[in-house]
Amino acid sequence: MAKQSALKTFLGGVHPPQEKERTANEPVREAQLPETVVIPMSQHIGAPCSPIVKVGDYVYTGQKVGEAQGFMSVPVHASISGTVKAVEEREHPNGNRVMSVVIESDGEDILDPSIKPNGDYHGRDPKEIIKMIQDGGIVGIGGATFPTHVKLSIPPDKHVDTIILNGAECEPYITCDDHLMRRDPDIIVKGLEIIMYATGVKQGYIGIEDNKPEAIAKMQEAAAKSDGIDVAVLKTKYPQGAEKQLIKAVTGREVPSGALPADAGAVVSNVGTAAQIYHTVVEGMPFFQKMLTCTGSCVKDPATYVVRLGDSFQSIIDQSGGFTKEPRKLISGGPMMGIAQFTTAVPIIKSTSGILCFDKELAELPEPTPCIKCGRCAHVCPMHLQPLYIQAYSLRDRFDKADEYHALDCIECGSCSYICPAKRPLVTSIRTAKRIIAAEKRKAKK
Amino acid sequence: MSEPKLIVSSSPHVRDKETTASIMQKVVIALIPAFAVACYVYGWSALMITAVCVASTCLTEFLIDKATGKPNSVKDWSAVVTGILLAFNLPVSAPWWLCFVGGAFAIGIVKMCFGGLGSNFMNPALSGRAFLLACWPTRMTGSAYIPADAVTTATPLGIIKEGLDASMLPSTLDMFLGTSGVYGAIGEISALALLIGGLYLIFTKVISWRIPVTYIGTVFVLSMCFGQDPFYQIFAGGLMLGAFFMATDYVSSPNTVLGQFIFAFGCGLLTVIIRQFGGYPEGVSYSILLMNVAAPLIQKYTAPRVYGYEKKKKKESEAA
Ligand code: SF4
Ligand code: SF4
Repeated sequence: MAKQSALKTFLGGVHPPQEKERTANEPVREAQLPETVVIPMSQHIGAPCSPIVKVGDYVYTGQKVGEAQGFMSVPVHASISGTVKAVEEREHPNGNRVMSVVIESDGEDILDPSIKPNGDYHGRDPKEIIKMIQDGGIVGIGGATFPTHVKLSIPPDKHVDTIILNGAECEPYITCDDHLMRRDPDIIVKGLEIIMYATGVKQGYIGIEDNKPEAIAKMQEAAAKSDGIDVAVLKTKYPQGAEKQLIKAVTGREVPSGALPADAGAVVSNVGTAAQIYHTVVEGMPFFQKMLTCTGSCVKDPATYVVRLGDSFQSIIDQSGGFTKEPRKLISGGPMMGIAQFTTAVPIIKSTSGILCFDKELAELPEPTPCIKCGRCAHVCPMHLQPLYIQAYSLRDRFDKADEYHALDCIECGSCSYICPAKRPLVTSIRTAKRIIAAEKRKAKK
Repeated sequence: MSEPKLIVSSSPHVRDKETTASIMQKVVIALIPAFAVACYVYGWSALMITAVCVASTCLTEFLIDKATGKPNSVKDWSAVVTGILLAFNLPVSAPWWLCFVGGAFAIGIVKMCFGGLGSNFMNPALSGRAFLLACWPTRMTGSAYIPADAVTTATPLGIIKEGLDASMLPSTLDMFLGTSGVYGAIGEISALALLIGGLYLIFTKVISWRIPVTYIGTVFVLSMCFGQDPFYQIFAGGLMLGAFFMATDYVSSPNTVLGQFIFAFGCGLLTVIIRQFGGYPEGVSYSILLMNVAAPLIQKYTAPRVYGYEKKKKKESEAA
């Protein structure tokens, strides 16, 4: 039964201009089959894969090309059929060079013949389903790229009673989850059912911000067909889709500091991840394509695409009509948490939700001025931290004090830097503090 | 390569439009109604006093920036705000040099010596006023606030304090409007004009309602307890100016929710105590300055509960 509850939210947060209009009503495009793809061996948090193909090998679409290394790892698959041209280090959107398999397309896109629909999963052992999810190469595509099967393998000492699918899509500009929810609501709900079956949890929610009425209506309609799945309508506010804030909004519970969502009885996954789980568990399809939004102030014809993993940023930008002005910033992801890129030659990976291009005006950020202690950063912090003090201590190398002010609890959402009238790069200093505090704690443990 | 030059910076990649300068500009806008009333009641002197104070604060800030090799901070408009607020706290008879010295002290000593904008622990405008009061008491008290041609000889709170002829008191409505027969520091005479400016600041989210409402509310209730006319007390003696524009100074007041309530309650309590028992009829400036000193402590002990900590603490206490 789908019931619409009152608007749910968390305390704090900001309202950056949404800038979603340009792509929200543009039909989803199927990106052209890429001529070459670059498949990095590291597309998740955890041990990178090791390549299992060599130069000259022929690979099918969906064929495994990188083997997972251990439990905290998932394999990677070819996203096109063709010949392996290189197995070497290539540019990765995280800024490093990462071992990658480069495949040149044969233009045929022949699916790996071993891929067969698995049929009905009911009656299967949940462990088997979780293994299918790992073998399918599924990671959280909301950004953190945490291997999904690890999340779903709930330790016996934790009592999880709620699964939440994140359809908030609180990052400005990005509309791919919105499109997915409007296009494939039934697949998302079926994916959620699989997660609930595999974890034995009886209650599932799909959390959606109230700026997406069509997605809400479609998801409610789909959820109504299933037991124990409801749509939670959320207030439109950034970072509504952050795991901890989503849990707070939907269940009213808080994840204890330093603990996992499971400690608050919840597991959060993205709507895109749920759809991929359906494709993998029911249709046997590994994770080799996804949706993303290519937009920004200097993109001519922005839209949301279904793309093959490993296609280049440049290729999608070209399909969006190229640039209208000289781009000065290229972001993988949204403007609040996305990563700025050095080049358009980087490949699309499992977590790429957007390709965002800014012209000079948007790319250049204002110079910081002294903190006026206005308290805005603290008022908007969804973790209720006091970023002004963490930054002040971090800049003076007083990391012990930064720790006292709970720097480690920062989720790096960027709300504080966004709101600061003095334009201070608060998160940047907090990140530094977090890194150093964590390193010192590790040292102290030894 | 024709590869475009891309800026690589860490997230977030967008910023809110509000800047320090835009906030300060809004404060200046909010002060315009009170300025207009000042000019209406006091004429050219009000304009002169304000102009000299602003010139003094801006010039001092500019020169200190130059001397210390810092970027010019006058363009953040905070010196303008300090200048206007200082002027608003001065008597109509203040000579130009007094205004100038006040401005130079507020910026040169209170603000810049402590590291510039954001580092001063007391409100610069109020410190400037307190400094002038200490150095030139006769120029800053009593009839200094009364223009030469007026019939009265003291400010309304002065009249009450001295037990002077109550018939000299302006009516409560006059106190609220401030346009006839109400005298005091040039910017504080019209409660209505200050209220309009203050509401504008709350509406534009420059300040929160917490400090002014709590401050004024405290004075209202406590005055009532002391048998005073509460409306008279909140419209008089620069309370509106202090509550909306001085006590809300970001740097010298707490920015936590609970801290703001405590701070403003403290201001209100001290104001009433000074007005009732002090040797000085107006309590607003000193109350705020005193609470400024306590602000860092209040700030420290009212830090918000960090997400994810409540339960942990409970568990710990259970374990203990
Ligand atoms: S928002 Fe910026 S100016 Fe305001 S307190 Fe925080 S760091 Fe300081
Ligand atoms: S301190 Fe961290 S969690 Fe808080 S607003 Fe800033 S980035 Fe977000």
